[in-house]
Amino acid sequence: EKYGLGRPALPEEIAAWDHDVSPDGTGLPPGSGSVEDGEVLFSDNCAVCHGEFAEGVDNWPELAGGFDTLDDDDPVKTVGSYWPYLSTAWDYVHRSMPFGNAQSLSDDDVYAIVAYILYSNDLVDEDFVLSNENFLEVEMPNADGFIIDDRETTEYVNWRAEPCMTGCKDSVEITMRATVLDVTPDVEGDEEAAMEPAEEPVVVAAVIDEALAAEGEAVFKKCKSCHQVGDGAKNKTGPHLNGVMGRAIGGVEGFKYSKVMGEAGGVWDDATLAAFLAKPREAMKGTKMSFAGLRSDEEIAAVTEYLKTFTE
Amino acid sequence: NTPDPLITEVQDWAAGLGDGVDATPYGLPIDYESDVVRRNVEWLTADTISSINFTPIHALDGTITPQGCAFERHHSGAIDLPKDDYRLMINGLVDTPLVFTYADLERFPRENHVYFCECAANTGMEWAGAQLNGAQFTHGMIHNMEYTGVPLRTLLNEAGLSGDMSGKWVFVEGADASSNGRSIPMEKALDDVLVAFKANGEALRKEHGYPVRLVVPGWEGNMWVKWLRRIEVMDGPVESREETSKYTDTLEDGTSRKWTWVMDAKSVITSPSPQSPIAHGHGPLVITGLAWSGHGAITRVDVSKDGGITWETARLAKPGEKMALTRFYLDTDWSGEEMLLQSRAIDETGYVQPTKAQLREVRGLNSIYHNNCIQTWHVKPNGEAENVEVS
Repeated sequence: EKYGLGRPALPEEIAAWDHDVSPDGTGLPPGSGSVEDGEVLFSDNCAVCHGEFAEGVDNWPELAGGFDTLDDDDPVKTVGSYWPYLSTAWDYVHRSMPFGNAQSLSDDDVYAIVAYILYSNDLVDEDFVLSNENFLEVEMPNADGFIIDDRETTEYVNWRAEPCMTGCKDSVEITMRATVLDVTPDVEGDEEAAMEPAEEPVVVAAVIDEALAAEGEAVFKKCKSCHQVGDGAKNKTGPHLNGVMGRAIGGVEGFKYSKVMGEAGGVWDDATLAAFLAKPREAMKGTKMSFAGLRSDEEIAAVTEYLKTFTE
Repeated sequence: NTPDPLITEVQDWAAGLGDGVDATPYGLPIDYESDVVRRNVEWLTADTISSINFTPIHALDGTITPQGCAFERHHSGAIDLPKDDYRLMINGLVDTPLVFTYADLERFPRENHVYFCECAANTGMEWAGAQLNGAQFTHGMIHNMEYTGVPLRTLLNEAGLSGDMSGKWVFVEGADASSNGRSIPMEKALDDVLVAFKANGEALRKEHGYPVRLVVPGWEGNMWVKWLRRIEVMDGPVESREETSKYTDTLEDGTSRKWTWVMDAKSVITSPSPQSPIAHGHGPLVITGLAWSGHGAITRVDVSKDGGITWETARLAKPGEKMALTRFYLDTDWSGEEMLLQSRAIDETGYVQPTKAQLREVRGLNSIYHNNCIQTWHVKPNGEAENVEVS
């Protein structure tokens, strides 16, 4: 029975949403990208979480290495060591990455980034160019590492039996205790303990160098996956940056700062921000911000000027 | 004996007036229950945007999970998608690819079903041993709601399935930035999968996929795509990131199982438990917990107080329902003795929930997902309880 509801989907609409790519290459658009281009793109778009060499930052996934670890006590599952299909990497980068700015990469960019991920796994040479033409030629090391769910024969047949009710074992000993590990969060909820802004914000000069701020907007793309500015800016991975200049360091209410940031004291101004943005993890050891730092004083000056245009 | 002033003296609430209607047009729990909330474990994930939190199962009773405290799992954050902007596309191997609005969905015949939704990683931290101290943290990646929606089969028929559909798949995808996508065999898609827009009578909450999510009864939570925007009928599985690099179960020899969709029978005692110690003295004690199975209804739950040497059969609050939580009670008497509390679920296929040792023997320690082991709480003479592992 049909109800005559809905309307036909237009070809343009299907094209706009149907992006999935299958292991046999179905869905791959024409295009190509080199390891060389991929390295630059990876550094700009991916390295903040995945590391410059795809080694992973903090708890973010590592994408390279881990070969021959799958039967270890602590397997390292990366694109190289674990993923059975290259299509999965292309599909995921294309549809879902970068985190916070999904679907912003061109098809060629995606080919280049995937080529670089292969290179960082030593699966291709530095002059490799990945394209829809040679896509299926790449061999994934763990392609044969998977079996289809076999619980029916390895588990269910054995575990469908009338269970023991009395005298099921001779004795029972406690062999491990959760309190020894002590990894459970404090249920009293004091992690939100108020972090008093240390000082009154200072007044920020209102004169903006518009040209410099425009340059800063371009630089800010590196920050956007974690920080929001402008109307309706919210705390994301990082705190919102409206009015950051002159704001108490660690001063956004409701944002969970690292301990070091929360206790730093002081105010964000040209000097403190410049020091932080040059080498975040050196300037503030223990910061949750995993960004490696801006490359030049010019970039820092530009992004600082750009941030000054957003008041609280 | 001193008379209780709460009885002998006139209390404020007995003399004065309470709130008028509309004081809270959509109510929240009373302040005294403010500790009954979802909680996350910060060290588990890099960022709360792509993370998980846990249902406070230790403090709930019955079987229906209120949406407001039902665990959340997002891959790119809970998005804001207005009903009017909602579109659902069906494309691929169908006679006519279609687009539905939210209003269209409400015009199809709809059904109501209660189902549990369990994250495949629930209890995953227990593979290596007793870790987190509380039922909320060990078993809280589960909720159970009454869904209202349209069978996926109805929508697929509307788009038209011609020819032999055996061996075909559907790929289901969300509208959020993670565009979480999973492949589901056609047999399941045409069986009991629901395209749901209400839960527990009210609209889905934002964090549960407002306005529309997929409900895949008995199968791992990752497949219950939220903010569902597209269903594609395909010749084979996409082998997306969420069904290859994640949600695959690595065995001891390094081989990994894939397509382990069904959540096997499992149970846990929710009280007493580490976050819900025995606060009263000796005498009557209600031991209670939850049981469920992705293979069908729970038929029996046994409880042990001595770490698995002897077992007694608990009382089910009502007969088990297919792919839904079942509440069990053991009404007992406690005189301050130490207990090693365990529960063991049995489902309609005769499957008996395994011990940690049984699971580890087959799977090793690294499979992360699908840990349905028997859990042990050590209850001490003072009523406190701890997550322990026993021989």
